[in-house]
Amino acid sequence: MSTIAVEVRPPLWRRLIGFNLLTAILLGIGGWYVGWFAAHGVVGPSIAYFAAIDYNELSIFMAYVCGVLGFLIGLGFANYPFARLRGYPPSLREKETGGMGRYLGLCTDHKVVGIQYLIGIGVFFFVGGLNAMLIRVELLRPDHQVWPAGTYLTIVGIHGTMMMGMMTSGILGPFGNYLIPILIGARRMAFPRIEALTFWLLMAGGVILESTIFFGGFPTGWTGYAPLNIQANAGMDCYILFFALVGISMTLLGLNMIVTIVTMRAPGLTWTRLPIFVWGVLSTSALMVLAAPVLIATLLMAMLDRTAQTSFFIAAGGGSAYLYQNLFWVFGHPEVYVLALPGFAIVLELLPVFARKPLWGYRLAVAGLLGVSLLSFFVWQHHLFVSGINADLRPFYMFSTEMISIPTGFTFLCGMMTLWRGQIRYTVPMLFCLAWFFNFLIGGLSGVFLSDTPSDTTTHGSFFSMAHFHYTIMGGLVFTFFAGIYYWVPKMTGFQINERLGKIHFWSMFLLFNLTFFPLFIAGFLGQPRRVVTYAHNLQFLNDWVSICAFLLGGSMLIFLYNFVKSLVFDRIPAPADPWGSKSIEWQLPSPIPVHNFDRIPVFSSDPYGYGEPSGPVAVPAGAPAGSE
Amino acid sequence: MSSAPATAGGGTDHGRRVIVAWIVLSVITTPLVVIFLGPILPPGHASQQASEQVLDNTVITAIVTPVICLLAVFFGYALMKFRKAKGGAIVDGPPLRNHNTVQMSWIVLTSVTVLFLAAFGTYELLQNGSGGGQGPNPIAVPSGPKLQVQVIAQQWEFTYRYPSYGGLETSQLVLPADTDVEIHVTSLDAIHSFWAYQLGVKADANPGNDNIAFVHTKGPNTFSVRCAELCGLWHGYMFSTGRVMPATQFAAWVKQQQHTFAAVHKYMPNYATTYYPDPQRRAG
Repeated sequence: MSTIAVEVRPPLWRRLIGFNLLTAILLGIGGWYVGWFAAHGVVGPSIAYFAAIDYNELSIFMAYVCGVLGFLIGLGFANYPFARLRGYPPSLREKETGGMGRYLGLCTDHKVVGIQYLIGIGVFFFVGGLNAMLIRVELLRPDHQVWPAGTYLTIVGIHGTMMMGMMTSGILGPFGNYLIPILIGARRMAFPRIEALTFWLLMAGGVILESTIFFGGFPTGWTGYAPLNIQANAGMDCYILFFALVGISMTLLGLNMIVTIVTMRAPGLTWTRLPIFVWGVLSTSALMVLAAPVLIATLLMAMLDRTAQTSFFIAAGGGSAYLYQNLFWVFGHPEVYVLALPGFAIVLELLPVFARKPLWGYRLAVAGLLGVSLLSFFVWQHHLFVSGINADLRPFYMFSTEMISIPTGFTFLCGMMTLWRGQIRYTVPMLFCLAWFFNFLIGGLSGVFLSDTPSDTTTHGSFFSMAHFHYTIMGGLVFTFFAGIYYWVPKMTGFQINERLGKIHFWSMFLLFNLTFFPLFIAGFLGQPRRVVTYAHNLQFLNDWVSICAFLLGGSMLIFLYNFVKSLVFDRIPAPADPWGSKSIEWQLPSPIPVHNFDRIPVFSSDPYGYGEPSGPVAVPAGAPAGSE
Repeated sequence: MSSAPATAGGGTDHGRRVIVAWIVLSVITTPLVVIFLGPILPPGHASQQASEQVLDNTVITAIVTPVICLLAVFFGYALMKFRKAKGGAIVDGPPLRNHNTVQMSWIVLTSVTVLFLAAFGTYELLQNGSGGGQGPNPIAVPSGPKLQVQVIAQQWEFTYRYPSYGGLETSQLVLPADTDVEIHVTSLDAIHSFWAYQLGVKADANPGNDNIAFVHTKGPNTFSVRCAELCGLWHGYMFSTGRVMPATQFAAWVKQQQHTFAAVHKYMPNYATTYYPDPQRRAG
């Protein structure tokens, strides 16, 4: 690969043949039909098949499983294991040099994967957001049906599943993959191929979830409760496969992160010198690795209930619908912290830079992140307070849930004390971080009403809980996601993002977000249940208000999109190496960062928060990293 | 990590200002919130359980208010006071890395608040179950005689059975006033949730399970019943209105219903706490 010979670019048709996205899509479609017909061959001879010819879930499952396998083979994921089987020597790199083509296939450069994640997840985030707009269209009038009831539930389901599934990797995917090796002074992730695999699994999953509309959609929302998921039509299979793929992707992503952070830190980077963002990624990864396998197993059981006539979740067949609820929330509650924790970490990482002070209470901040991760495994039955299961344990779950506010309070305290007596600069990423405090405060305090069992009787399953988790997830995760974009994308691409448009985006998003979601607390208090296609007439004003603000909120996302495309595609103003004056190591490297990150592995002698202290920025060793070769 | 023993304040005593402002603001706002917001908190006073939830919501709101005040004062002060002067070079702030007193008081304060909330919630819960579904073996059971009513959820309607009146089955929930009612909730197909908003009752309906909730009705009233758990296509339309009527009127209503449906009741299955539908029934 490293020959100096003048590169002759082959013609376009030749470049399209090989292991790339086009091949992957073709093999994916081919694999889909192979699975479809093969499974018909399996079920065909049985009597049940002729009794109910339209009831053949196995074909759909097999079609998608084979489709995903074809897709991955087309991308080239099978090449390396086969090459090793045939006795070729191991090679760590895949497509690490080259042009834009790297972004459209299997690439083992963690920086490329990070940018792939950013774009890929961004696209599906906008698709999910579009679904939210469609939901709000329906709720403009209390009893007028814009969408048929089934379509409406499918829209609600896709919105919820897309956001809760895709966005689990919303920060770890783009920023985790891109930054973790750099922040710990490594040249790559521990398992670069698995890193690429997590991304492409997620993309395959996203397409599968959207394809549910060809199979009649699914009526269960993102929780997919049994036994509704067993009586649902074929669109349910797409939900199951999507979430299972997300589960696999999460598990692998988490493992990769943990192994990388534990084993590949540069000399001198002790646990107390680790940037807090790395701690956030580490604790989130621990949640992913421990929680996501439960989801995969649960969905496998649901899949067997649907195809092989088992009855894990069917009461009449000896199963229990509670089993599904329990298993789902054993995964589901840690999962909401998978969404929230990276947000905590980004806030704590960015505040020192823009307040020009060291991170206050480093150990307390770490304890907060780890404490939330630990406690999040012991609270899941608060989702089942009125379900009639294990009534004696409700006081325990009430207590454990409320306990989470203690480590969350650590994050608040550390953030607030970092601002204290600082020299605060109101840049766009800083504004998003400060908005996090506002949103997460409301999200957290409304959570107190939900965690309190007596109070939860009314708020459970109402718009109140819906407003609560939008405050914590949209207000917590999405705001910090944007903070990360405005902060790190100049480093990732080497181009500035327009600050003025960024501020317009921030203020419109912040105001409209609150105008949209705060009234939903009131709607919930007044008795509007979640996921309804119709509601009481006296709630129409509230709902109309929310709908209109939601459309405008969608509009503020378009401002961001315009800014992003304008700044990075058209304006292309080169960003300075360290536009924020940060002492962290990624800003000491040129932007964009060269393929090998460092010519020599750096040696760390302090944490990256030495503002106002004699210690300088983290030193990149002599000779400095070479730019492009 | 050196823990610099600098005070939170420094030169001017910023810390004291914030704390004083916080205490003043909390002392003013908390009673106002309790007085003005408390009475309109849900779910109202149509039953004893509902009233207790209102009390619970009021207590939580009262505790939450000073927390909001603290952050409002802190951020209001910090974001105005500690902003970098316009123009000029970037200056570093003082390298404060830790302060044990601040940490410890924060931890103690949050822990005490959490302990109080959990203890108060548990006490309220164990009084009479506060209207939530408690499963087949409830732990918080009001003493005294209770009227049993069964709520049978199915896609997409609720029906109600009165075992003490010969398994009478109706499509509208009617309850006598000023009575302890023992509500048994079950389902025939998917998971539903029986939510009588004004009564402050919510209990999931699980197939093959008997979920018990208690409510003590007050005076005559009407209340809305909605399904609060996504149960399929027409979930949004799964609602009705119930009534609480004086005991004599209730007795008359029961007589009239028994008379009207006498012909139908002959063919109904015997009363049971759970009903199992056909296991092969798929694709509603």
